[in-house]
Amino acid sequence: MDSPAILAEALSKRYAPDAPPAVEGLSFSMPRGATWGLLGGNGAGKTTTIAMLLGLLVPSGGRITVLGHDMARDRFAALARMNFSSPYIALPSRLSVAENLRVYAHLYDVPRAEARIAELAAQLQLTELLDRPAGELSAGQKTRVALAKALVNRPELLLLDEPTASLDPDTGDWVRSWLERYRAETGCSILLASHNMAEVERLCGHVLMLKGGRMVDSGSPAGLIGKYGRDDLEQVFLDIARGRQRAEAVP
Amino acid sequence: MNRAALRRVWGLIYRHLALYRRSWPRVLELMYWPVLQMLVWGFVTSYLAAAPSNAATIGAGALLGGVLLWEVALRSQMGFSLSFLEEIWSRNLGHVFVSPLRPRELVAALMGMSVIRVVVGVLPAVGLAWLLYAFGLFAMGPVVVAFFAALLMMGWAVALGVTALILRYGAGAEALAWSILFGLTPFSAVFYPVAILPGWLQPVALALPSAHVFEGMRAALQDGRIATGHLVAAFALDAAWLALMGWVFLRQFQSARVRGALLNIGE
Repeated sequence: MDSPAILAEALSKRYAPDAPPAVEGLSFSMPRGATWGLLGGNGAGKTTTIAMLLGLLVPSGGRITVLGHDMARDRFAALARMNFSSPYIALPSRLSVAENLRVYAHLYDVPRAEARIAELAAQLQLTELLDRPAGELSAGQKTRVALAKALVNRPELLLLDEPTASLDPDTGDWVRSWLERYRAETGCSILLASHNMAEVERLCGHVLMLKGGRMVDSGSPAGLIGKYGRDDLEQVFLDIARGRQRAEAVP
Repeated sequence: MNRAALRRVWGLIYRHLALYRRSWPRVLELMYWPVLQMLVWGFVTSYLAAAPSNAATIGAGALLGGVLLWEVALRSQMGFSLSFLEEIWSRNLGHVFVSPLRPRELVAALMGMSVIRVVVGVLPAVGLAWLLYAFGLFAMGPVVVAFFAALLMMGWAVALGVTALILRYGAGAEALAWSILFGLTPFSAVFYPVAILPGWLQPVALALPSAHVFEGMRAALQDGRIATGHLVAAFALDAAWLALMGWVFLRQFQSARVRGALLNIGE
């Protein structure tokens, strides 16, 4: 049987010994091929959790296993099989789209890199943009380039930090549709952090709700909506963020 | 290093070469200071060489040789450090550090960029020195290549230390990338022998590979001999400093992963 895409066991992080925990006691097992959401307000621990899953940050306690690789001992083997996209981390703006993708094709040792770049460009409607400097693209175009970068190595696990932030509704919808189709076609596992609850409801089969570094609830979007007696995930999010339990929830 | 590792190193070098291909001011900047330094000191050299004394002529040659060789160390250190800073400035470091690129491969790529920047920056100045002042650096013989290599390695060692400081202190340490090696100039015996320094400073100078390189350069220019002892000392010190600074860099890299500094470095 396949190991989970992500197995987090009692994960914790303190940035300083006397600082409050950024993440504490976080445990979950995300199966292969699933799309999960990581939700929480600002400071809930989403970025810290994603950084630990990517090996950018060493946990203070607990253990992470990604695609069967222990991130403490074997993180580079995992990193070769996963990828990441965030609108908050740029690609070199003076390099063309093709040059940027070529750099990451080399870093991920992608075979037949030029064919892979052409394939991604066709899929993500980037062919006309390949020779344009990345810094001259619109927000929507940059998001598609960032997705192409994140997919260049055909990742088995994709971590997405607010994949549709700052996009207009049309482009955001295009990205969400594309991600749905990509996951269905490839079986790629996706963990996404987002503040867009409609997006999470649409894409994610399971949601982890974080608050103050702890997981305060989890379940399917429909299950959570039912549990809190709400109409949508946004209301559930507000209940959790404002510390209201189901029984106390404002009708 | 296996094929995949070499490809990752090439990936990062390609990223910088692509940047230079699209930015001619950056290429011009590489040559600007070495050429300017060579011009200023070249005229000083011409003035000294006109003095009616053989010692003055030899001293003038040592001056221009010193300027050109010291540029190798300076450009090597800056080539390494500034290539790292370029990743910070473009806010790309997060993507690089979540790729399978190992820290040692990052260092190898930065060393590769350093070599390219030295070649592009210093060789035009060497050529101009020959054209304008009839000073042939390579007239010293093949030993010049050893001098180049020793100073290149010293530049890497200093750059590893600077990069470690940037990882530790963030953007606040950026200025060191331009200034730190200038601070070592007085102890490197670039323009005068180590013996000129006060006795208590001489051990400091002799702990630097550069002091041995420039003692070797003067031996080659004045006596036409290869100072093997100085050459061996330069490479041995290079190896020691590289090992020490490599360890410091890796420690700081790991510490940055613990402190979360890789998430917001440069901010």
